[in-house]
Amino acid sequence: MAYSVIRHDEKMILDAAKREGIPLDTVRMEDLSSALGDVPFESDAVLDRGISQFRSYYFLKMAEEAGILTMNSSEVVRICGDKYLTSAALVRSGIPTPRTSMALSPEAALREIERIGYPCVIKPVVGSWGRLLAKVNDRECAEAILEHKDTLGGYPHSAIYIQDYVEKQGRDIRAFVVGDRTICAIYRNSEHWITNTARGGKASACPVTEELNDICVRANEAVNGEIVAVDLFETGTGFSVNEVNHTMEFKNSVAPTGVDIPLLMLRHFIDRARC
Amino acid sequence: MTEDCPVCGADIANNGLLTNELIPCPDCGSDLEVIALSPFKLEPAPEEKEDWGE
Repeated sequence: MAYSVIRHDEKMILDAAKREGIPLDTVRMEDLSSALGDVPFESDAVLDRGISQFRSYYFLKMAEEAGILTMNSSEVVRICGDKYLTSAALVRSGIPTPRTSMALSPEAALREIERIGYPCVIKPVVGSWGRLLAKVNDRECAEAILEHKDTLGGYPHSAIYIQDYVEKQGRDIRAFVVGDRTICAIYRNSEHWITNTARGGKASACPVTEELNDICVRANEAVNGEIVAVDLFETGTGFSVNEVNHTMEFKNSVAPTGVDIPLLMLRHFIDRARC
Repeated sequence: MTEDCPVCGADIANNGLLTNELIPCPDCGSDLEVIALSPFKLEPAPEEKEDWGE
């Protein structure tokens, strides 16, 4: 298992491995360096649990160049780590997802927002845990946010990701996909429009229906994933996939679902490594 | 084995902790990282970066 820091999630994976007698060594990404053509570390397969998307991507590239099986792969990190690439993969696969636009200047973004209408949402293309999401209620709000992004943001903020605002009725769904199955799901309940559990959203069990399983498995396939968490909205016309997460966090979801998520992840990883 | 919280000085015990594990200080709530186990050493956890997360 590759990591940068050991959070509660990683400790649950290590505990599950110990409990089940699964051999799982750890490697800290920041301790490694490797020349192309060399083997960066001795292993047949590596489970990515890096907290930094950028480091994870290059760590996995190093491993893949040396012929080491990676889960998820660097390609999954590349797609899921970029909201626009994720949206594009979902649209390409015909999976319902909120209407999404890209603009490459504040002026173009304002024109696009006026075309879409209010409210809408501006998100950084790279980011997690609900950071820097902005619900744009009117033109004045849009102008202020776009000026702030242009003035204060680094270069990633020059790509402006705009999405339809979806009314969530106080909750959305996070579903956990391992291989070809949705193993469990939670509702994330919050009065705030941002429902991430990292931002205080409360988790409760959500039944995995055939419809939910189907769309989540298809979303996983759309990003070439193996182990992912899919975030979905419930709409009047069915589910809509908001995001697909490549290094899923599950510590708040084991208790409400009663599903041993880290163990099922590990078993899938070991099965694939043995193939 | 115990170590002082580098933020508030509270005594923190090493009860099955791992190197690079993130823990909250039970007194001040600061996020800390276990830098070493022997000798037991704690530092403030690294600051959240823009590309951190899922």
